[in-house]
Amino acid sequence: MRGGDTLIIAGKEFRSRLFVGTGKYPDFVTMEKALAVSGTEMVTVAVRRVNLDRTQESLLDFIDLKKYSLLPNTAGCYTADDAVKYSRLAREVGMSNWVKLEVIGDQRTLFPDNEELLKATKILVKDGFVVMPYTNDDPIMAKKLEDAGAAAVMPLGAPIGSGLGIRNPHNIAIILQGAKVPIIVDAGVGTASDAAIAMEMGADGVLVNTAIAGAKDPVKMAEAMRKAVEAGRLAYEAGRIPKKSYASASTTMEGMIE
Amino acid sequence: MTIHLNGKAREVAEGVTVGRLLEELKLQPLRVAVQVNQDIIKRERYGEVALQSGDTVEILTFMSGG
Repeated sequence: MRGGDTLIIAGKEFRSRLFVGTGKYPDFVTMEKALAVSGTEMVTVAVRRVNLDRTQESLLDFIDLKKYSLLPNTAGCYTADDAVKYSRLAREVGMSNWVKLEVIGDQRTLFPDNEELLKATKILVKDGFVVMPYTNDDPIMAKKLEDAGAAAVMPLGAPIGSGLGIRNPHNIAIILQGAKVPIIVDAGVGTASDAAIAMEMGADGVLVNTAIAGAKDPVKMAEAMRKAVEAGRLAYEAGRIPKKSYASASTTMEGMIE
Repeated sequence: MTIHLNGKAREVAEGVTVGRLLEELKLQPLRVAVQVNQDIIKRERYGEVALQSGDTVEILTFMSGG
């Protein structure tokens, strides 16, 4: 469902439109603080082998599950079969039947393999998952994923971790125009203005990881992202003025002396 | 007997169950997923699924990710 004051995905209401990843922070304590300051209500996690070395700290000790829902990803999966398997493993860990579905097509760009992505989406939707596929900024693909039962579609702004911002705002705009499910811009955000731009265009949410985790001060950047997402959303709801080539005076000429 | 646990050989007691293995590893069953020879083992079956020599066992959990 789209529109309205709050974001709703698969019947779950979110007050924050910012989703935050848990990767690449200097340490778990910094991550914990950044998550708190970001105001996010849903954080992404990966499914990986457990540390059998008990001296290492565990991510889940730093995520308050009363405050945050978990959105497991299928990062590192290159086929639909792998992504389906990892989704099922994620569900078995038992805290979520939601999945940020990634099927990667190429190691260098980490661009999605849309053919495999669509295949995996269909299988997982049938299997009762809440599927949020990570896809290109391709309006046709976004529509196909929506039709396949995706609960939200997550087009990229730019390659994962690139910080290049929203490289094709026109495509994102077309995706937004046609969408019936929430559109969460995922990947590419480098700084606060990138998140604001996505939200001003009418994106339903933004997912940020590297831009926060890799900032010099991740906690401050988390705050910047929260404010950018809020400001962008407000500006979208307020309705921006049209762009014009020439000036139009803000101050009336009336009342000037002869 | 020897099993392959998370990519490494490990000696375990003959016929050890998944549940017992998790106990030995001091892992909370509520925070992991277990796969034996490519099959995901449902949590309610941890107590009854006995491992066999040469089994490939993967124990997974949530880690950092974007």
